[in-house]
Order: sequence, then C-alpha cells, then structure tokens
Amino acid sequence: MVSGPFERGRSRPADPTALKILVAGAFGVGKTTLVGAVSDIKTLQTEESLTEAGRPVDDIRAVSGKRSTTVAMDFGRITISDSVIVYLFGTPGQERFRFLWDELARGALGALILVDTRRLADSFSVVDFFETRGLPFAVAVNCFDGAIRYPPEQVRRALDLDEDVPVMLCDARERASARDALVAVVEHALHRSARQRSAVS
Amino acid sequence: MSHGWFDEEAGPIVRPYAMTRGRTRGTVDHPLDLIALVTAETGDPDGAAGGVSDLTDRELAPEHAEIMRRCRRTTESVAELATGLDLPVGVVRVLISDLLDAGLVRVSRPVPASQLQDDSTLREVIDGLRAL
Ligand SMILES: Nc1nc2c(ncn2[C@@H]2O[C@H](COP(=O)(O)OP(=O)(O)O)[C@@H](O)[C@H]2O)c(=O)[nH]1
Ligand SMILES: [Mg+2]
Repeated sequence: MVSGPFERGRSRPADPTALKILVAGAFGVGKTTLVGAVSDIKTLQTEESLTEAGRPVDDIRAVSGKRSTTVAMDFGRITISDSVIVYLFGTPGQERFRFLWDELARGALGALILVDTRRLADSFSVVDFFETRGLPFAVAVNCFDGAIRYPPEQVRRALDLDEDVPVMLCDARERASARDALVAVVEHALHRSARQRSAVS
Repeated sequence: MSHGWFDEEAGPIVRPYAMTRGRTRGTVDHPLDLIALVTAETGDPDGAAGGVSDLTDRELAPEHAEIMRRCRRTTESVAELATGLDLPVGVVRVLISDLLDAGLVRVSRPVPASQLQDDSTLREVIDGLRAL
C-alpha cells in the first residue's frame, strides 16, 4: 500500500514509512509539553476545520457559510531514519473534539495517555476510547509539583487497566522521560502484534 | 486556535479557498491522510520522462511553489505542510492534488500500523527512540 496508487514505473529508493502515535489526555496534563520535548521540529500546531474533518466536502462555500470552528492539534516529528518517520499528534482533550480522535486513531501505531493523579477521573473516558477501539496504549503518570506520588500499580487499579498495559511515571518536560514513555507504547504494540500473530497461526 | 483562519467574530476568511478555486479535493478520490508523505519528483534532466509537468515554478501559485521548495529539501507530511504554510489542511490537500496532477510530486499513503508486514519497522522505531 505504500505509495501504491501513485507509484511510477521507475526504480528509486523507496519512500519512507510514516507512522503516528497519539498523545492523549485531559486538558492540562502535559500533552503539548511532551510532544515538544521529543520532536525534531519546533512543535507545530496543525488545525483541522471541524466541518471538514473526516469526510470529503464537495462545496467549500457551503462550509464557509457555516462558520466553522478550527481546532488546533499539537504536532511533532521524530525522524527515526531515512526510511521511517514517526509523527506525534497531541489530541485535543475536550469531549466535543472526540470525533476528531476517530480520524487520528485510524491507522495509528498506538497512543500514550497522560494522566494527572490529582484529576484521574478526567482520564476515564480517554482510556475507554482506546480500549474500545483496540488501539495499543500506555499510561504515563505525569508528576506535577505538589501532587502526591502514587505507585503505578495503584493508578492501574484506579483506572481499571489490563495487566499488560504499561503504566509509568513521567516528567513530560524531560526529553528522556518522554522518550521512555513513547518506547513503552511501541513495545506494547509490538508485543500485541506478536501475540495476535501467534494466536492466528 | 488563535492563529486559525476563522475569526470567531468576523466569520470565515475566504482567501484560502479562493486560492483553490472552490475545490476541496482536486482529483484525488480520498482525502489525503494527515501523515501521507509528499516527495518532489526529481524529473529527468533531459526532459524526456520524469517530471512530466508543463508548469515551471514561476507559473505556480506561490503556495504551490512553497510546497515544492519544502518537499525538495525533505519529504514532508500533509500535516507538516499545512503547519509550515499556515494553511488549513483542506486547502493544502487541494494544492498537493494539483502538484500531483502536474507530475511534480508523488504522495505515499501511510500503511496502517496494524498492517505492517513484520516487526522490523517497530523494532527500528524502538531503537531509534532509544537513541534520542
Ligand atoms: N511539574 C510538571 N509540570 C508539567 C509537566 N508536564 C507539563 N507541565 C506543565 O503543566 C502545564 C500544562 O501542560 P501542557 O503541556 O500545556 O498540557 P496540555 O493541555 O495537555 O497540552 C504547563 O505549564 C507545563 O509546563 C510535568 O511533567 N511536571
Ligand atoms: Mg496543549
């Protein structure tokens, strides 16, 4: 499927593979901070017009007339090699933007859910979203100053997470910490795909 | 949200869509994914095959030319181009379709992660992240 529809007959180096990881969580949990901490590029914000997201629009004048709102998403890039690029999308947390997540989650490698232990309940619906769609995710407990440090296992119980979901403490401001959280997401996705393959065969 | 094209008070600004002459999709049937990668076609120096365009950079709209400039430097995704040009994603999709029609770029659609052939890509990602 890579570049299939537009492939021309001549031989040349293959185009890189692009993968995406979602960085999700409630408002103020550190999504923008984390994306900025690991991205190659200055964190960019992309915006999707609400009326256009997820479906083709034939007549943009109708859309213009509708007074659309735009929603900003944090957006980062990690160039792994000449052949692989990882894109990070910090998804807007508010419920009213949930439909955008569907579009972003499609084809994604996985998600990192950031949580703040002072407001764990804000994360319930986020966890539900990824569980329902079967998208691999890890949970990073962002350690805010002044927040009580709970052991990850206690957070796992509070969020009612499956045994195999990685849960770790994190400081979104630290590049190494943010990177480790992303590694946990990809390792989890890898284990899952290995398990699924062995279940099929 | 503050730098959007749509001003809450004044209503939408029409200019970016005027630029695409009212089209929102160009000739591509499915909207290009946010992480579809756009690469400049190098073309053939002898002009025979390759970049089959009858357009030169001078004839392109400035926004088309900017996309070409960025993609010659490095492969960029639709989302990067939209943020780089500070244009709505829908507009950038149309501009890319134009360049695609003109044979100036090629676009590779992303493979859903669940359909990767084997583990090697994910392993490469893990190693790459660890090296950050
Ligand atoms: N102490 C501490 N503060 C953080 C951490 N991550 C983010 N912050 C701060 O929390 C605030 C909200 O973070 P932001 O990334 O904007 O959250 P977002 O709404 O999820 O994008 C900012 O002032 C950050 O500097 C963290 O790990 N530890
Ligand atoms: Mg933010």
